[in-house]
Amino acid sequence: MASTAEYKKPKKVNYKKQKQLNRSKAGNGLLFFLMFICGIFMALPLVMIVNNALKPLDEIFQYPPKVFVKNPTSENFTDLFVLMNDSWVPFSRYILNTIIITASGTVGHVIVASFAAYPLAKHNFPGKKIIFGLVVLSMMFSYTVTQIPNYMIITWLGLNNTYLALILPAWQYGMGLYLMKQFMEQIPDSLLESSRLDGASEFKTFWTMVMPNVKPAWLTLAIFQFQQMWGQTGNQFLRSEELKPLQYSLQQITQGGTARAGAAAAVSFIIAAIPIIFFLICQSNVIETMTTSGMKD
Amino acid sequence: MAKNTVANITENNTDANMEKAKMQGRLWFRIKKSKTSYLMLAPYLILFTFFTIAPVLVSMGFSFTYFNMLEAPTFVGWKNYIKLFLDDDIFMIALKNTLLFAVITGPASYLLCVLFAWIINEFKGKLRAFLTLIFYAPSICGQAYLVWNIILNPGKTGWLNGILIKWGFIDEPILWMQTEKYVLPVLVIVQLWLSLGTGFLSFIAGLQTVDKSLYEAAAMDGVKNRWQELWYVTLPSMKPQLMFGAVMQITQSFAVADISIQLAGNPSVNYAGATVTTHLLDYGTTRFEMGYASAIATVLFLLMVGTNKLVQKILGRVGE
Repeated sequence: MASTAEYKKPKKVNYKKQKQLNRSKAGNGLLFFLMFICGIFMALPLVMIVNNALKPLDEIFQYPPKVFVKNPTSENFTDLFVLMNDSWVPFSRYILNTIIITASGTVGHVIVASFAAYPLAKHNFPGKKIIFGLVVLSMMFSYTVTQIPNYMIITWLGLNNTYLALILPAWQYGMGLYLMKQFMEQIPDSLLESSRLDGASEFKTFWTMVMPNVKPAWLTLAIFQFQQMWGQTGNQFLRSEELKPLQYSLQQITQGGTARAGAAAAVSFIIAAIPIIFFLICQSNVIETMTTSGMKD
Repeated sequence: MAKNTVANITENNTDANMEKAKMQGRLWFRIKKSKTSYLMLAPYLILFTFFTIAPVLVSMGFSFTYFNMLEAPTFVGWKNYIKLFLDDDIFMIALKNTLLFAVITGPASYLLCVLFAWIINEFKGKLRAFLTLIFYAPSICGQAYLVWNIILNPGKTGWLNGILIKWGFIDEPILWMQTEKYVLPVLVIVQLWLSLGTGFLSFIAGLQTVDKSLYEAAAMDGVKNRWQELWYVTLPSMKPQLMFGAVMQITQSFAVADISIQLAGNPSVNYAGATVTTHLLDYGTTRFEMGYASAIATVLFLLMVGTNKLVQKILGRVGE
């Protein structure tokens, strides 16, 4: 860690002028070109999902498949809404379930993991290395074979067929703790020390000093976790129809065979669109952190 | 003489014991003093014990049993491991593929993540968020593989075949995923295309935390271009993120299975696309031999742990 002196309040920096440092025009041009070429390839799935959702049925079944839609239509979405109205339980119930599972899974994980990451990054106590090592190593064990013991434990705890069966395991994913810990490590000790000297408890230091300083980290973690929770179908643990999440019911709709190909395309669009919106909200805030406040003042 | 030595040993022993007692006292003292730390860790650790440690230990236990998921597991000792290494030819192919795959895509994906995160960091404002989305798109769109099914379509209408025929490289369309020699290279390319995921986003966030005044100082110290700036300032400032990215990369490169199953099928042609994890899935979800699958998982785990040790050592040298 760098010394205190390096982290004095930075002087007002003229960002426009600073951007010119060590940047050549030719280099900029080269990077633009590279990003453009690669960007086309990377954007393909996005472009396809959007276009498919707008294709009328005959274009969806067209062979060879075309990427771009010729006669855009919204009938896939109207088809989907008709199917939604036919569902066993009111569709709003699925949406509510998803909101409960995704929101508590994401927020809870960010809080629990950050809480645990702070002492691992900044305190010194017996067992610290072992605990952190276990968390990192645990990510390397295949999920497939732990599913059965996991199921046994969840049943044993009486969590089967409750939201908690999906939410509680999500709070302890190793990746989140690891990510938060790595970012918190970079916070200068002097900053925390000054907070402690002011008489703040560790909990207060955590909320007022640590978390605001690692905003890019927890926003990024929220993106990962949201994606993870949004994708949960709950097939393993949720038996009651009225507990099942949106993802499950949408997948049921797409499994109705070729007649539902249009609705299925609309489903793919919705399944991708929600995490993307969340992604953009978080990601633009990651950037805001940089432009509005110096990270390390 | 002998007496002396004995006396010495006992003396040393009491010394050591006292030392130990002191240490324990100090340890207990330190534990008591760290109450806040443990309190903050507690919620996580309790959940972690129930939902990760216990399942992993149980799985490792299963690896010494025959367990078909219907009857209770029966203890078979090292039999699964012996069969795995001496009797299972497909596992050897899978292991070879996985190692080859990890050695190629691991470092390459990792470098791509660093490179693109850094380039995107050169852009500002809305354009930046947009570019991040575009490059993260394959990881966020559920059915990203579909694109590759169209590109690699074995008929003349497949994009790749179409282009190659048009430009005169080939006369007949190639059955990409049904031809043994193409399977692994294609999977490597698709994996690279998919590689801008977890590590990439964490680098993007990590770049935000680099102290901007360091760049000014570096420019004064004679850093001449953006490449030098990257190596001497940016990368060393984000070492924690680089470590994180490396671990994520290892877990992804060694556990690759999805793209192989989606594009080449499971089993693939002559097991050309078999990886340790597809093999594991084959036993765990198709054949219901959980004991054997757990043994595969344990071997894979040890493989990753070893690689991780090595990689962390290499990363320690960044910026030197």
